[in-house]
Amino acid sequence: MANIKGTITVDVERCKGCGVCVGACPFDVLALSSEVNGKGYPFVCQARGEACTGCANCAVVCPDGCIEVFREICKK
Amino acid sequence: MDKVYSRSALLTDNVMHYCPGCSHGTIHKLVAEVIEEMGLQADTIGVSPVGCSVFAYNYIDIDWIQAAHGRACAVATAVKRLTPEKMVFTYQGDGDLSAIGTAETIHACNRGENIAVIYVNNAIYGMTGGQMAPTTLLGMKTATSPQGREAAIHGYPYKIAEMVSHLDGVCYVTRQSVQSPAAVRKAKKAIRQAFENSMAGRGLSFVEIVSSCNSGWKLSPVEANRWMEESMFPFYKLGDIKAGTPAAI
Amino acid sequence: MQEVKLIKGNEAVALGAIRSGCDGYFGYPITPQSEVLETLMELRPWETTGMVVLQAESEVASINMVYGGAACGKRVMTSSSSPGISLMAEGISYLAGAELPCLIVNVQRGGPGLGTIQPSQADYFQAVKGCGHGDYNMIVLAPASVQEMYDFVFDGFDLAFKYRVPVMMLSDGIIGQMMEKVVMSRSRARWTAEEIKQMSDSWATVGKPQTRARNICSSLELDSQIMEQRNLALQARYEEIKKNEVRFEEIEIDDAEYVIVAFGSSARIASEAVSLARAEGLKVGLLRPITLWPFPSARIAELAGQAKGFLVAELNAGQMVEDIRLAVDGRVPVIHFGRMGGMIYSPDEILKALKEQSNG
Repeated sequence: MANIKGTITVDVERCKGCGVCVGACPFDVLALSSEVNGKGYPFVCQARGEACTGCANCAVVCPDGCIEVFREICKK
Repeated sequence: MDKVYSRSALLTDNVMHYCPGCSHGTIHKLVAEVIEEMGLQADTIGVSPVGCSVFAYNYIDIDWIQAAHGRACAVATAVKRLTPEKMVFTYQGDGDLSAIGTAETIHACNRGENIAVIYVNNAIYGMTGGQMAPTTLLGMKTATSPQGREAAIHGYPYKIAEMVSHLDGVCYVTRQSVQSPAAVRKAKKAIRQAFENSMAGRGLSFVEIVSSCNSGWKLSPVEANRWMEESMFPFYKLGDIKAGTPAAI
Repeated sequence: MQEVKLIKGNEAVALGAIRSGCDGYFGYPITPQSEVLETLMELRPWETTGMVVLQAESEVASINMVYGGAACGKRVMTSSSSPGISLMAEGISYLAGAELPCLIVNVQRGGPGLGTIQPSQADYFQAVKGCGHGDYNMIVLAPASVQEMYDFVFDGFDLAFKYRVPVMMLSDGIIGQMMEKVVMSRSRARWTAEEIKQMSDSWATVGKPQTRARNICSSLELDSQIMEQRNLALQARYEEIKKNEVRFEEIEIDDAEYVIVAFGSSARIASEAVSLARAEGLKVGLLRPITLWPFPSARIAELAGQAKGFLVAELNAGQMVEDIRLAVDGRVPVIHFGRMGGMIYSPDEILKALKEQSNG
């Protein structure tokens, strides 16, 4: 059985903290930071990164193109 | 690990001026992705409107013409007729396309110009500060309908996508949205279909994207998307209105 | 052998368009210029030169089609008559602001409002003072013959592309409708895509190759400092135009004690008035501005040192006369003689008005 592991990188300075990606994640991986970026926005981060499957839903809905998605299929 | 999603190379490094959560950003991204995937960067001319998306030319790395308010379809008409081998599209909001530009829109549709029209309908004037649009729903509060839109005073919201679908020059009319991953993926397919129609000379393609304007609606981005699903979609029903068949010639 | 045709002024514009390598004409019917579009549709140049001809849904659409075509580096034009030009004013301002070349033909009729279909020259202010919003000018060519309506299509495109500005041919219902012989000596092909690329690669929106930055045709700039710089650059270009492109014609001017200034159809009538005056031994000459903008102010100022007075004959309530007075600067009397609403003066009437001035 294959185990799919994913992760994302966020362009923190580009993120405006709209939170649309947070709701789009099927595995509740994402949350907005308590800190703010240079423009004063909270930015998205992986609160539960271990649950990410790299489905890219967050990146697909991101209006500002801040998210890159990576994925690895590990065979057990 | 393999990269499975990244920004389109056709999106510039400029940070978009749109409010957090604005649908324009997502739609720009789709337009850039489709042009890139079709390999059309050198063969695309975009026409930007007056409205929030006037600066679309700052974000997608193609040649752009900034049109006078409402006239994008007239501008695109000439561009496509003079350079028929190019992919020509307009990107317009509801004020630009369905208020001040109604005549230019209808007649470009009726002539069957081989252009793609991306119509972003958020039922409000975003750039000028949240005034009523032709598409503002009844009861919806805006800066110029502060007690809510009343038919007796302001008339009714109207569905220009359905109107243009009756014109013989139009080959494809669809209404999409971009608030969820599934919706975004469908909207992208629609944009691709429209751009393919332009290249194949099948007539005018009209892609309406029901969008949120959370600043104008005075909601958070997430609340705005929810309100759009609950209030906008029952009136502006999603889906194909006219299938992608070539116009009768 | 020279090719000579007996045609209307409006037909001359259509033929001039086809033979001057025009890529696209976009227009809307309005009297007294509809023959331009009618002739083009009859001749079907898309089958010969590849020129696009389109009847738009309005003058507003027409000028914005011109804007789109001009942005692609193409030779594009429209024609209309006075009320239609008013509708185009916004688009002309955008063309000027985005630095796009094009040709706009106004075959004037009487106004204001819907006015009359009879000829007039009441759009002088509209043409030379910039009919839309903002600080801009168009080069304005005033033909006085059917031949010039043909030739000025060529000259108009040349000037438009030399300076990247809109050019207006300010004709009127007399010259547009009357028939004269035209020597069709000038002719040239449309530019190829390669030629357009070579000339206009820095600004024309023809699709962005990897080898250059994207081109954006826009008049918008929210940064006031940059917007002022753009305005200053435009003004500098206008100064260049004023220096290089002033055109006028003189008849019997060398010893003239009285100078009639008239443009377009009025200049034809005024030149007959000069002949009548000379037959009576009166030293009268004619200055005909061919470019209404840039205006031959320097030459008029010079003539103010020689002449005892000026009479400005124009089919309006007194428009160009203001520019003459600015140039003359109060040194000698300048009077206006005009008719309005489609009425036309005779050479006798002009001469009579001149005699009244010289006796007064």
